Amino acid sequence: MKKFLFPPLILIRFYYDGFRNMSSWGKKVWIIIIIKLFIIFAVLRIFFFPDFLRKNYSDDKQRSEYVLDQLTKSPGIYD
Amino acid sequence: MIENVDLSLVDWSRAQFALTAMYHWIFVPLTLGLSFIIAITETIYVRTDRPEWKRLTRFWMTLFGINFAIGVATGIILEFEFGTNWSNYSWFVGDIFGAPLAIEGILAFFLESTFVAVMFFGWNKVSKKFHLASTWLVAIGANLSALWILVANAWMQNPVGMTFNPETARNEMTDFWAVLFNPVAVEKFLHTITSGFLLASVFVLGISCWFLLKNREVWLAKRSILVAGIFGLLSVLSVVFTGDSSARTLAELQPVKFAAFEGNYDGKHNAGLTVVGVLKDTGEKLGNKKINDFLFRIEIPGFLSVMTKGDRDAYVPGLKDLIYGTPDDPEIMPVTVKMERGKLAKDILDDYKRARMMNDREQVQNIMQFMRSERFIEENFRYFGYAFLNSPEDVIPDVRIAFYTFHLMVLLGFMFILIFVLALFFLFNDSLMKNRWFLRIAVVTIPLAYIASESGWVLAEMGRQPWIIQDLMPVTVAATKISPGSVITTFILFAALFTVLLVAEVSIMIRQIKSGPIH
Repeated sequence: MKKFLFPPLILIRFYYDGFRNMSSWGKKVWIIIIIKLFIIFAVLRIFFFPDFLRKNYSDDKQRSEYVLDQLTKSPGIYD
Repeated sequence: MIENVDLSLVDWSRAQFALTAMYHWIFVPLTLGLSFIIAITETIYVRTDRPEWKRLTRFWMTLFGINFAIGVATGIILEFEFGTNWSNYSWFVGDIFGAPLAIEGILAFFLESTFVAVMFFGWNKVSKKFHLASTWLVAIGANLSALWILVANAWMQNPVGMTFNPETARNEMTDFWAVLFNPVAVEKFLHTITSGFLLASVFVLGISCWFLLKNREVWLAKRSILVAGIFGLLSVLSVVFTGDSSARTLAELQPVKFAAFEGNYDGKHNAGLTVVGVLKDTGEKLGNKKINDFLFRIEIPGFLSVMTKGDRDAYVPGLKDLIYGTPDDPEIMPVTVKMERGKLAKDILDDYKRARMMNDREQVQNIMQFMRSERFIEENFRYFGYAFLNSPEDVIPDVRIAFYTFHLMVLLGFMFILIFVLALFFLFNDSLMKNRWFLRIAVVTIPLAYIASESGWVLAEMGRQPWIIQDLMPVTVAATKISPGSVITTFILFAALFTVLLVAEVSIMIRQIKSGPIH
């Protein structure tokens, strides 16, 4: 049991020490990473980038019908 | 309604994607190249056991870390844009785009959470050899990660290994290996990663020369110049070689793009390659597109014919030939014929849609069977996108952008050869410190490497307009019909976000460079 737990503990310790002893530039870039990921996933993704087909059509059949409809419209796209 | 599509929406959607991709590409090539330079310097450290090499490695690793951290996840926004702004395209490409991107995502996740951590946290905690192996795995993994993105992009330039399923309105991958070994993918991968190596070498060379200008860290700077000089010279030669090979493939698979970046309107035997040139507007038009001519031009006679077909007398078609056809090359199919073939494919798809709506199962089965026939795929569906064009001249991209980005990239490429040769010459001659003019030039060359790298992508993407998928789907059909206002808002948001990230990166990096390696 001890043998089984030991490697994961080493791994946790490895990351813990790494983050604790991080240099000043390391801390700065981690702050930037966290802010950036928050903006990307919690702001941009939710409020500005909904998946158009998922949001407006409930299943794949409806989505494929919508796209098929778009693909078979008359020419004249540059009108 | 496609016929009422708002072109300003399409242009803003394109501008937004271009902005995101170009900002993302500021970070990526340095990661691709610097990871290998670090792996090389760490290998020297492990082999020689000299602590100076460890110090040197850790310095470049710090700059790699800053760039890697700031750039991480900026590419995810591109995937958001596919779903929001390019939903027709995203659906249409099906699993062909999804599979390589999923492999890339998984690879990047494991790479970033394991071996990058060992690289930064593992000094003095794991054995030297294990640390070195981790550094090499980061370098190889980062470049393999790029492979999958480039495979997906190459499919857009040359769609292969799939069939269109009208039932789902999606393309389905039928041959994974054809997608992976698509000739465009192989060349694009090699050309792109070697250009990343080149950019990183210019970066290391420039910063090392800055140290020499300041008379600081002379040992570190000279050793870095040695590694960057050799690695950079080999890389730039590979870039030239893969670029030449890419151009040959392009002439075959995307001849309109090829003619556009040479500013070649009229085909000719014994066609010359333009080395430098300035375009001027002739006042004439091809359809609604302006015709450009050369105000000034230096060319190598016959070289374009040799480059594309290995024969000085070979005929190289111009834009007019590729649009209207020419007796000089009867194999060229005029765009009007492609438009007719594409329209037939679209009409059949429309028939399929109607049969499905009317629940006419027999007709649905018949049409599906016909659409799966090799003849229909080869003669009609491969020209599907042409059905959406109004006039044959719509296939002409912006010739000025294609011409200038191509020639800028090539000229800068040859300039980098000279820079690396001079750097190594002065280094071996022990006269680097005396030639301060060269040290200054090497510093100001850093942004030029970024300009060359971005130019390559502008050429690749602008040069294939109006297609998002070559011959199959124009950008106007691919774009989601949403409010242009929301696209403009996100464009501004991205411009602000990425500019802040870039300023943060540059300022943190400059501070680290100024403080120098740790003692």
